[in-house]
Amino acid sequence: MNIGRRNFFKVIGVTGASLALGKKANAAPKKEEEIEFSGILYDSTRCVGCQTCEVSCAETHGLPAPVDVPTAGVVRKADEFHRTVVNAVSTEKGEVYVKRQCMHCNEPACASACLTKAMLKTHEGPVIWREKKCMGCRYCMIACPFDSPKAEYDSPNPKIVKCDMCFDRQKEGKLPACVENCPAEALVFGKRRDLIREAHKRIAENPGQYVDYIYGEHEAGGTGYLYLSGVPFDKLGFSPSVQLKSYPEMSKGFLYAVPSIFILWPAILLGIREATKNNQSKEEGNE
Amino acid sequence: MSNINYTKPKDYDGSKSITKFLLDELKPRGKWLTPFNIISIPIMILALVILVYRFWKGLGPVSNISQEVPWGIWKGFNVITGVAFAGGAYVLTFMVYILNMKKYHSIVRITVLNGFLAYVFYAGALILELGRPWKIFNPIIGNSFGTSSVLFLVAWHFLLYIFAQMIEFSPAVAEWLGSKRARKILSGMTIGAVIFGITLSTLHQSGLGAIFLMSPGKIHPLWYNEFIPVSFFVSSIFAGLSLVIFEGSICNKVFADQISERNKKAQPGIIIGLSKICAFTLFVYFFYQLIILIHGQHFDLLNTPMGYWYLLEMIGFVLVPMLLFFYSYRRNNILMIKVAAIITMVGVVLNRMNVSIIAYNWDGALRYVPTWMEAVVSVAIILTQIWIFRWVINRMPVLRESPSWVNEKE
Repeated sequence: MNIGRRNFFKVIGVTGASLALGKKANAAPKKEEEIEFSGILYDSTRCVGCQTCEVSCAETHGLPAPVDVPTAGVVRKADEFHRTVVNAVSTEKGEVYVKRQCMHCNEPACASACLTKAMLKTHEGPVIWREKKCMGCRYCMIACPFDSPKAEYDSPNPKIVKCDMCFDRQKEGKLPACVENCPAEALVFGKRRDLIREAHKRIAENPGQYVDYIYGEHEAGGTGYLYLSGVPFDKLGFSPSVQLKSYPEMSKGFLYAVPSIFILWPAILLGIREATKNNQSKEEGNE
Repeated sequence: MSNINYTKPKDYDGSKSITKFLLDELKPRGKWLTPFNIISIPIMILALVILVYRFWKGLGPVSNISQEVPWGIWKGFNVITGVAFAGGAYVLTFMVYILNMKKYHSIVRITVLNGFLAYVFYAGALILELGRPWKIFNPIIGNSFGTSSVLFLVAWHFLLYIFAQMIEFSPAVAEWLGSKRARKILSGMTIGAVIFGITLSTLHQSGLGAIFLMSPGKIHPLWYNEFIPVSFFVSSIFAGLSLVIFEGSICNKVFADQISERNKKAQPGIIIGLSKICAFTLFVYFFYQLIILIHGQHFDLLNTPMGYWYLLEMIGFVLVPMLLFFYSYRRNNILMIKVAAIITMVGVVLNRMNVSIIAYNWDGALRYVPTWMEAVVSVAIILTQIWIFRWVINRMPVLRESPSWVNEKE
């Protein structure tokens, strides 16, 4: 190759400048990081089990209104027709209610499992499902530790159904339907950081009323939905098998190994092939 | 099927038009009403009817999958288990093209053909199983790359590996069509395809296990561990080779008229060689699982119903066939090797079904049992694969020697 001195300096200059600029660009704060995740704080001690959240959710999303009512001892589950359900649990503090729906994890297993990015953690906080992208493999259902995504099995054009924190309403500047309509003020919508502060404040002000724990602060690496309760959370039906570490973390090690194997394997294989080939031709020559 | 009118492959003479040649080849050969055909045709027709119903009404009415157990046997058995059995192709190409073990050259083609068809059909099973299969190209060309997903990786590897195997097998197609130039070009690509294919196989065989890494707490702790990818990879070696042994013994009977005397004589040596590899990989696998069990400290769980089920898999279908393989290759007992291969295969089915279905949400209220319709389609997928397999073997030089114009020395 023949590079003149002038050209050489030119190349060096351009490379150096772009390197320096590149660094600067990286150091500048990204806009996205400034946006905080929104979430919902649910206070089980305030919930009266009136199902207004269920009804308003069904209305908003064009789903059938709930027919059964929360009954102690019966575990109702969200399904493709019910994005949220309220369950009654009898405890030493009397009948307690607990609302269940998608937890909107900070690092959702479903979104990292999705191979078409149909499940998406929005910058605003809600985890949403996008019909255009989804191919219906249901890996999100396999991955979700809370079993939140539900599939419409009885449709030839099935959708994945789960709470989307009324993302469309949020874009219009409205509150999620359940939060807006809750008559007991059991639901509060806000920035996740503020909600955690509020939850800690409530616990500190009424230590007798609450167990000293915010469910969702650390579960699955932190969730958008945060829970306060007067009784231990396992009594409310929260699975003890949910871990505190984020779930996408579990498959990161494997995914990181992939490029290395892709580079190393072919080289090693080619080397072994050449090595064994030489041996054989030598043997043949000796014969 | 043994009395098929087997004609020597004609060297394509150019005067006969290619379309007429292909039309001739499409026609069935030999007797129609063999026991295999009589059993398989109704099952395949029934499956077709079920599939029409499935695409008309959705997955719910034909299958027993639920919100708790979203993956049934179409995925757990046909896709995840089927791909493990296709592992023989990458192991054999590794032995023959990388380690230069010429002894196994005569069974490479049939194994690659089997692997290729397995991938086509078992990845095809995925299309039946997807809720929205018309979006299947989204992760490939749909500008929706979910790069953080293990399944994204597996999907791409499936696709690329199908191409790699197509190239590995393509010289046989060229020989069938009598195209000398195409054969020369295609066989020149074999090594590249082999190396690419082995790399892809390493990654997606383990990737199929890595799919479940995100489900701790949902898969029974005796089956869930962070080493699932390695376990899946190691078990795909003996799964694939056991199938090669099993399939080889069937082909030897069914297609006996196509196999040359020389290859027939080499068969026992090949089987014993493969059984050694099976024995040692089973040994490695067994102790790997043992270390995982000790490391996980789940001994208390062994004394539960799921624990007995685990012990059955580990002892009955890993330890026992391992000992059988060791015992029988030392005594040159071919029959015993075949028995061991069948037990190993059952064990691999058990293992894949355990991870993907049985131990998944094992404490849930709803247990998944496939419907008869799911079972029929599952079986029909395998039968269709065997049909194509047979069609190809009867026409292309897979088991029989290549036509005379092919240079022996490659």
